[in-house]
Amino acid sequence: MNFKLKDIGPQLMTVIAVVLVFGFFTYNAQVNMENRGIDFGYGFLSQESSFDVQFSLIEYDGSHSYFRAYLVGLLNTILVSVIGIIFATILGVIVGIARLSPNYLINKFAAFYVEFFRNIPLLLQIFFWYFAALRALPLPQDAEPMFGISFLTIKGLYVPAFIWQNFNIFFYSVVAAIIAIIVIRIHAKKLQESQGKQTPVLLISIGLILILPLLSFLIGGVRLSFEVPVLKQLATTSFIYEGGVSLPPELIALALSLSLYTATFIAECVRAGIQGVGKGQKEAAASIGLTPNQVLKLVVMPQALRIIIPPTTNQYLNLTKNSSLAAAIAYPDLVLVFAGTALMQTGKAIEIVSITMFTYLSLSISISILMNWYNKKIAITEK
Amino acid sequence: MSKINFLKPDKSNLYTFLYLGSFLFFISVLDVLLNSFFDLNITGFLPSFLSFLLPLILGFIGLYFIRIELSGIKQLDLLNKHINTNNFNAILSLLIIFIILKSIPPIASWFFVDASFAGDSKDVCTGSGACWTYIKVWMRRFMYGMYPNGEQWRINLSFIALALLGSVGYFATDKFKKYLTLYYVVIYPFIAFLFIFFFISGGPVFFDFSYGIIAAILSIIIGFFIPSKFKFYYFLIVPLALYILLKYFIFYEELIELGKLDGLNWVETGAWGGLSLTFIISFFCLIFCFPIGMAFALGRRSGFPLIRYISIGFIEFWRGVPLITVLFMSAVMFPMFLPADFFIDKLVRCIIAISLFEAAYVAEVIRGGLQALPRGQYEAAKSLGMGYWRMHIFVILPQALKLVIPGIANTFLALVKDTPLIFVVGLLEIVGMLNLAKTNPEWLGFAMEGYVFAAIIFWIICYAMSKYSYNLEQKYKTDR
Repeated sequence: MNFKLKDIGPQLMTVIAVVLVFGFFTYNAQVNMENRGIDFGYGFLSQESSFDVQFSLIEYDGSHSYFRAYLVGLLNTILVSVIGIIFATILGVIVGIARLSPNYLINKFAAFYVEFFRNIPLLLQIFFWYFAALRALPLPQDAEPMFGISFLTIKGLYVPAFIWQNFNIFFYSVVAAIIAIIVIRIHAKKLQESQGKQTPVLLISIGLILILPLLSFLIGGVRLSFEVPVLKQLATTSFIYEGGVSLPPELIALALSLSLYTATFIAECVRAGIQGVGKGQKEAAASIGLTPNQVLKLVVMPQALRIIIPPTTNQYLNLTKNSSLAAAIAYPDLVLVFAGTALMQTGKAIEIVSITMFTYLSLSISISILMNWYNKKIAITEK
Repeated sequence: MSKINFLKPDKSNLYTFLYLGSFLFFISVLDVLLNSFFDLNITGFLPSFLSFLLPLILGFIGLYFIRIELSGIKQLDLLNKHINTNNFNAILSLLIIFIILKSIPPIASWFFVDASFAGDSKDVCTGSGACWTYIKVWMRRFMYGMYPNGEQWRINLSFIALALLGSVGYFATDKFKKYLTLYYVVIYPFIAFLFIFFFISGGPVFFDFSYGIIAAILSIIIGFFIPSKFKFYYFLIVPLALYILLKYFIFYEELIELGKLDGLNWVETGAWGGLSLTFIISFFCLIFCFPIGMAFALGRRSGFPLIRYISIGFIEFWRGVPLITVLFMSAVMFPMFLPADFFIDKLVRCIIAISLFEAAYVAEVIRGGLQALPRGQYEAAKSLGMGYWRMHIFVILPQALKLVIPGIANTFLALVKDTPLIFVVGLLEIVGMLNLAKTNPEWLGFAMEGYVFAAIIFWIICYAMSKYSYNLEQKYKTDR
């Protein structure tokens, strides 16, 4: 009996404490909401939102529901995160490799970049780009065209829009090319394992992914044309570009600062990963007659990736969470649209904040589950 | 002298190549230098495209000529090894040199040459450079927020006192070294807490608590001389008695009469701000998040399933949400969870929220350290008959914490960098004050100066912290 008490006692106490705290909070919340005449419920999601969002990927205006507003915010968050992740990865990998360069100048330059951008708060960087740097851009009427087709102005970046005809045929051709590449890769691997024959998979893949879409243009009836933005005068001093795709300056500032900031961390991950592969591994690979390219592809990278990928995924998650700083410069992301405007209008603090938190939570938990699965899959199985 | 093949620089014509190469390299650097510093284009007679690329081409050929392996000249070999290993590296090196040369003049002119430092109004800022006058005029706001000018000595005094009290560790003799941990973990945060919440915020409460501080310090000092047998009873009775004695009998009448301490003015936390608020928030969150994080790290490794699941839930919840939503929660949702007549100050709510948030990260870092310890350490401690707490306090945690110094330093760095987010609840630390100053109609158009100023301050703080943590790491590095 004594033994059992020792086991259960601490747990029971903790659970009681947690339950008490939560009970206290819920009770107070109920009392407070009764006093203020607010009722709890998620029914407001289907009500008409009656506010506008300046930038949205899906069709949205005030007549749509709050749930639609939530989707708009979520999509904008995902958009800026994806843009940020792509650029941060490219920049991070380059800087990470540059930090390992034998060239003193490149090495120091990369180190300077990392130390500089890592030690300044992200919010400050966002403010800097949005309020100071991008404000120095020209007005629409004074903008110099870049490559003759896109315009970088104080009101945002205007790029030409693609106008597709028979887009689905083009899409199918790309999908077909990818499937064909996967099949060929599997086949080539089998061939190598059974007969030792090597097939130039890379060349075939590049050929396929170029030729199949090209065929879709030639015989599939796919047409592509560009809609170039054109300057239009609204009033005597007010100009605007029409046509094409316009990226608001908020998006540019946010994506720029997110990728510059996160790239420093990714660079450190990449550096640690490549440094983590033992020198003996490279020497051993070279001594059995692999070419430098093969050493990199077959020996160094698989081991380095094992070290690089988990912390890098963490950085992707951080970037996604940091994109919520968008609220500071009024980029309509999830926090601004939903936890900001919608909360002001409905006053449903508990519901809206909990939905917002739950969204981010499910995003990060699903990614970390994926990560754990991946880690288990690639972990070295020791005997 | 053998025949010269200009496509293959070799050692036999070393000096020819060396002079030629250095000359070309020198010309290319000189061209860029003149171009950027004196706005002089010595290759202006060429077509613009060629004139633009000429330094790069000349420099590249120059570097190609001097790339001679094992030349026997020490400096040349060093140069080749470090910036000139192959064509690709040579081009990159040249580009970096040119970029640095090109960017020095505009940066220097913006920062110093064309900048205005003098005066105290916007009128002096007519040049094309930075307007540091703006920073000078707004300095007090950036440092202290809306804290009344006449009372700012309180913040200064508190910070100086806390810095002095914090540096005690460096001067402690061996005799007192063993009490240092206790001092830093328990007493120092407590004193800091009292200082900040009752000296900086002031008001009538300060009075009561000043007696409290005196009583506590006095009783602790006397406590050292009390035999350990009676210590428990001593600390039960004496501090309270001292407090009452001080408050009602010794100081009260006299001080009021002299008018020395007629209470400090109450400064509500909404008026706090600037860099001092950054320090206050970082300091408190740092103090609070560490023990909470440690508790949850131990909880996550606990043998009791319920405690473990609660800890996992806590950690994963806070790690999964962005800080900005946590602050939103503390601002709009948390008051709903408290009794109607119960009010918690905005700043306190903020500190609680950030502490809980960072505690989850600290917990994960510490867990990493706990997991990295070999099982033998646990087993050895247990075999000595140590219980759970003694084992962790004396054997496990000291080693685990040493291992995770870099991780904890990174978390604290992230904490300092996260403090600007408190603008969400309406508190304005330095970045918030910058945004406020920027919209002042008399000082429009100086956003850049403000952000650069804040960036420099934050950079110095964060860089110093990361270097300090690196030193700590080296100091406590134990060979394993």
